Amino acid sequence: MNRASLFVPLGVFVLILTLGYVGFDLGARSELPSALINKPFPEFNARLLGRPEQSITRDDLLGQPTLVNVWATWCPTCLSEHEQLMQIAATTDVQIVGVNYKDRPDKALRWLAQFGNPYRWVLDDRDGLLGIEMGVYGAPETFLLDARGEVVYKRVGDINPRIWRSELAPRLLQLGVSIAGSDADGARQP
Amino acid sequence: MILARPGRWIVGRLILALLALSSASACFAVSQIDTFEFSDEVQERRYRALIDEFRCPKCLNTNLAGSDAPIAQDLRKVVYRLVVIEAKADQEVRDYLQVRYGDFVLYDPPFNARTWYIWVVPIGLGLLGVLVILGLQRRVTGQRTVLDSSQQARLRSIVQGTAAADADGTAGAKNPETKS
Repeated sequence: MNRASLFVPLGVFVLILTLGYVGFDLGARSELPSALINKPFPEFNARLLGRPEQSITRDDLLGQPTLVNVWATWCPTCLSEHEQLMQIAATTDVQIVGVNYKDRPDKALRWLAQFGNPYRWVLDDRDGLLGIEMGVYGAPETFLLDARGEVVYKRVGDINPRIWRSELAPRLLQLGVSIAGSDADGARQP
Repeated sequence: MILARPGRWIVGRLILALLALSSASACFAVSQIDTFEFSDEVQERRYRALIDEFRCPKCLNTNLAGSDAPIAQDLRKVVYRLVVIEAKADQEVRDYLQVRYGDFVLYDPPFNARTWYIWVVPIGLGLLGVLVILGLQRRVTGQRTVLDSSQQARLRSIVQGTAAADADGTAGAKNPETKS
């Protein structure tokens, strides 16, 4: 047995340590990979918040890129991302659709009146059934759909400036959404 | 309901640990909260087996039956609806949840492009272990057959010369240190 091979156990040990360190460091456990990525957004028929006589379906979302944002008034993170959504609504021409998830319509309407409404439509999903179709397991969650209604991206958690810059804006540009104040190297907030 | 706030994951884990500690009572609480009616025992048994089988999407490692997360409550309702009202087969319920929540909800992951390594790596490591053991054994037996007949005779004479009590020389030949 030569001397160098005495270090094999140490090498194995270091390898295990490294694997463990990397494994535990893959921190974002809460971001469960969506089963919907690169698949068509599920069919639905949902009533509009505050206008129960009106409903929209998946077909109404087609023809242009859409952000589908799942939110609720009971979700503090939804409030913290709201400003970013307002900014996206103001500076881009992407269609933003809200899904008011397991919430009370009166509260939701008051919330929108108070903090602003970035949504083209808000779907009333008070029993969370549309959420289950979408694989939602909390709020906020945000889906990006291309013009054909396929899910190209999903964000679990808030849309913050960092996520907007690094993940959302580049994908919107790729889908042909125009972003005010964006320059060649990607989207920058004005 | 706060998701994906990296700074708070330690707090979240502590809370989860506390929840896990109290899970024994929570399990019973759950079965009391859900007041589902079953028309027969088989249906109920299937429902219970299924909610035992799926992982709660929100939790680190709790099944639907054992979780109080709102999404787990909702998914129990879904399983109930599929089993009792829509009379789906077990496999259809599995497919329904897998299509929406991905492989994560299955504790028994399928073999596919994204999961192959969790199946292959343990088998590979096992094979590697067998190879290592075989290799070590071969090395040991290889050392035993190194001595040729003249060396054996010399060894025997040494052993007999130094330890008169040990007349049988084969015991000394087992010591690999003496070969070189």
